Amino acid sequence: MSTDQTQVKSAAGGGAWAGVVERARRRSANVVPGLRELLFALLLVTESAGVVTDAFHDWWVRQPGWSRWTVYVLLIIGAILLPAEGVASIMSPDTDWTTLLFFPVGGYILLAIGLNVVVGQAGLLDLGYVAFFAIGGYTMAVFGTKYGWSFWEILLVGIVLSALSGIVLGAPTLRLRGDYLAIVTLGFGEIVRITANNTDYIGGPNGISGIPHPPQLTAWAFPESFPFGLGGVQPFVYGSLDAHSYYYLMLLLIIVTIIFAKRLERSRVGRAWASIREDEDAAELMGVPTFKFKLAAFAIGAAIGGATGVVYGTQAVSIIPTNFPFILSATILAAVVMGGSGNIPGVMVGAFLVAWIPERVRFLGEYRVLVFGAVLVLLMIFRPEGILPSRQRKAEFAEGSGGMGSMGAEVATATVVEDTAELDDAAPAGGTEAAR
Amino acid sequence: MHNFIDQFWPSTVDGLALGSIYALVALGYTMVYGVLRLINFAHSEIFMIGTMVVIGVLNLFDVTSLYGGFTLIAIVIGLAVVAGVASGGSAVLLELVAYRPLRRRGASRLAALISAIGASLFLQQLFARVVIPQAFDLPKEKGALPVQGHFVQRNHVISIGDFVVSNDKLIIFVGAILMMVVLDQFVNRTRLGRGIRATAQDPQTAVLMGVNIDRIVTATFAIGGAMAGVAAALYMLRFEEAKYDVGFLLGIKAFTAAVLGGIGNLRGALVGGLVLGLVEMWGSALFGTEWQHVIAFSILILVLMFRPTGILGESLQQARA
Repeated sequence: MSTDQTQVKSAAGGGAWAGVVERARRRSANVVPGLRELLFALLLVTESAGVVTDAFHDWWVRQPGWSRWTVYVLLIIGAILLPAEGVASIMSPDTDWTTLLFFPVGGYILLAIGLNVVVGQAGLLDLGYVAFFAIGGYTMAVFGTKYGWSFWEILLVGIVLSALSGIVLGAPTLRLRGDYLAIVTLGFGEIVRITANNTDYIGGPNGISGIPHPPQLTAWAFPESFPFGLGGVQPFVYGSLDAHSYYYLMLLLIIVTIIFAKRLERSRVGRAWASIREDEDAAELMGVPTFKFKLAAFAIGAAIGGATGVVYGTQAVSIIPTNFPFILSATILAAVVMGGSGNIPGVMVGAFLVAWIPERVRFLGEYRVLVFGAVLVLLMIFRPEGILPSRQRKAEFAEGSGGMGSMGAEVATATVVEDTAELDDAAPAGGTEAAR
Repeated sequence: MHNFIDQFWPSTVDGLALGSIYALVALGYTMVYGVLRLINFAHSEIFMIGTMVVIGVLNLFDVTSLYGGFTLIAIVIGLAVVAGVASGGSAVLLELVAYRPLRRRGASRLAALISAIGASLFLQQLFARVVIPQAFDLPKEKGALPVQGHFVQRNHVISIGDFVVSNDKLIIFVGAILMMVVLDQFVNRTRLGRGIRATAQDPQTAVLMGVNIDRIVTATFAIGGAMAGVAAALYMLRFEEAKYDVGFLLGIKAFTAAVLGGIGNLRGALVGGLVLGLVEMWGSALFGTEWQHVIAFSILILVLMFRPTGILGESLQQARA
C-alpha cells in the first residue's frame, strides 16, 4: 500500500517514467527470451498509458468548474457532429456510420453505463444483463404494435417494467454471494430469451415486426431552406432510413443517463455501493443496509438496460429472440471491464471499442470474433484494471482484490517475493477469501 | 400430466444419462472454482475439443460400421482415454496462456472471468473457422455445421416393462459414476489430492506448508480437462454429432449443476448433475421439450433460494477426512 501511494505521488510529479521501465522489466522477467522483448515493449506501452491517464486525471480534477463545463459542452458538440461524412470515411468505410453510431456504438455505451452501475459501482457480477435489454425491446414491441402507445409513453413503461423485473430477479437472489449471482443472472438471461422464443403471444421465434417509430415532431422539421440545409439531416423526423434522428435520440438518452449515474455515484447511494463492493460484511456492520442498496443497483441498472431496449426496438422495427443472446451480455461486461469498471468515461471508451472494432475490421471477415476473443485475453493479461480505471478502483486493484475478491491461488510466484507491497496486501485479502 | 406418467421411466433413464454427462463436465468447473475461485468459462470449449478429437479418431480409423457389446465398451474406453488426454492437455495450455499471467499479477476475478470469456470465444471461433474445416476436409463455410461420428449399435440391455435401458445410456451412467469414484478417492487419498484440498482451503498457508501452487493449479486443470474429455467421449456415444458451440449450453448447464450441488464440492457435482438431468427430462415430459432449459435455470434459482450454498454445500475447501 505504501509503495503504491508513493508511486501515485511520483506519477503526479512527472517522475514516474523510471518506475514504468522498472515495472515493465520486472513483469516480463520470467518469460522466455524472444517473447520477453515483445512483452516488455507491450508492457511499456500499457504502463506509460497508465502514467499519462493518471497525469491527465490529476490535471483534470484541479481544473475550475467552468473549464470542465466547457469541455463537456465541446464533447457534446463533438458528439452531435460525429455522424459527419469526413468522420464516417475514416471510422467506418464499409457500413453506414450513422446507423453504426446508433447501434451498436450508442446502444453498447448506454448498456455499459447501466451495467457499470451494477458491476462497477455495486460490485455485483451480472452475466444476464441482456435480459433487461430484451424486456425493454419487447415492451416497445408489444405496447407499440398491440396497444398503439407512443414511443415516449412506452419509454416510461419500459423503464418501470425492466426496473421491476430487476427487483423480481434481485429480491430472491441478491442474498447470494458473487459467483452464485453470476450463474443465476446468466440463467435469468437465458430464461427470458427462451421464454420469448416459446411464447406465441409475442411471436415466438419470429418475434414482432412493425414496431412503430417515435411520433413525428413535424413542427420541428427543418425546411429545405434552413441555413446550410444541415446536409439534409432531419434530427427530429423518425421513420426514414436515415439514422440521424435515432442517433440524436440515443445521444440525448446517454447524456441524461451519464448525469444521472454521475450524481448517484457522488451521493450516499454511491458511497454505499462502494462500501459494499469493497467489503460487504464490513459495510453491513457499519450499518449500511446492503441488501436494499444492492437491490437498488440492480433496479437502476435494469432500468437503463430497459431504456436502451426501447430505443433499440423502435429503430429496429422488428425484433426476434436471437437479438438478445448471451454473448451480448458477455460483450457488454467485457466493455465495462476493459474500459475500467467503475469509471464512466472508461466504460464508454470500452463500449465504443467493443462495438466499433469488429465493424472496423470487417476486412478480417469471419475472423473478427476470433480476433476479438484474443484481444480480450491479451488486454486482461496486460492491463487487467482496464484502459481508464478510476483512481479508487486502481487502489483496489493494487491491493489485489479489484473490489471483487482475488483469485484463490495468486501467491507463490517470484514476482510477489520481489514486490513486498503485494505480499503485505495479499495476505489480508486471501484471509477474507478463506474465511468465507 | 398424462404425458408425464407415460414418459416417467424413459425420461428418468434419459435424465440420468444426461445428468452423468453434466456431472463429469461439472467436475472441471467445481475443481477449478475450488482452487482458484474462478468460473472457468472456457471449460465448455475444453469439452468441445474432446468431442472433436473423438470424431477425429473415428475418422482416422475409418470407423464406418456400428459396434455393440464389449467391443463398444472397449472402443469407448479407448476414445475416452484419447479425448481425456487431449482435453486435459488443452486445459493445461489454457491455464498457462489465459489465467497464469493474471494470477501472477494478482488480478481481480472479474479480469480473469473476462479473460476466460475471451478464451472461450477464441477457441470456439478457432475451431469453427480453422480447425474443423482443416481436420475434416470441409469447405471453410461449413466449419460451423455439425460433424458426425457414428459407431454405436444400440440395443436394449435392461427391459422391465416401461423401464428400458439401452446399452449406450448404461455405459454413460456406469462410466460417469466410475470416474467420479476414482476422482473422489484420488482427491481424498493421494498426496496431490491433499495438495489440491489444502490449496482450496487456504492458498497462503498451503504455500507455507510447502505446496507448489503452480503444480497444483496445473494438476487441477489437467484433471478437470480430462474429465471433460471423458464426458465428451460419453456424449458422442449418445448423440454422435457435435459442432463448434456444442459446449456452450452444455457448459452452462454443467456449471449450473456444479452450483446446484454446491460449488467446490466433488460429490456435489455428481448430485447436482444427476438432479439437473432428471429435473430437465421430467420437466420436458410435463411442460414440453421447448421449456427444458427454462426449467433447468428455474430449478437453480429455486434451490439457491432455500439452500444458498447448493444441495451439499461448498466443501472442497473445508477439511475432510
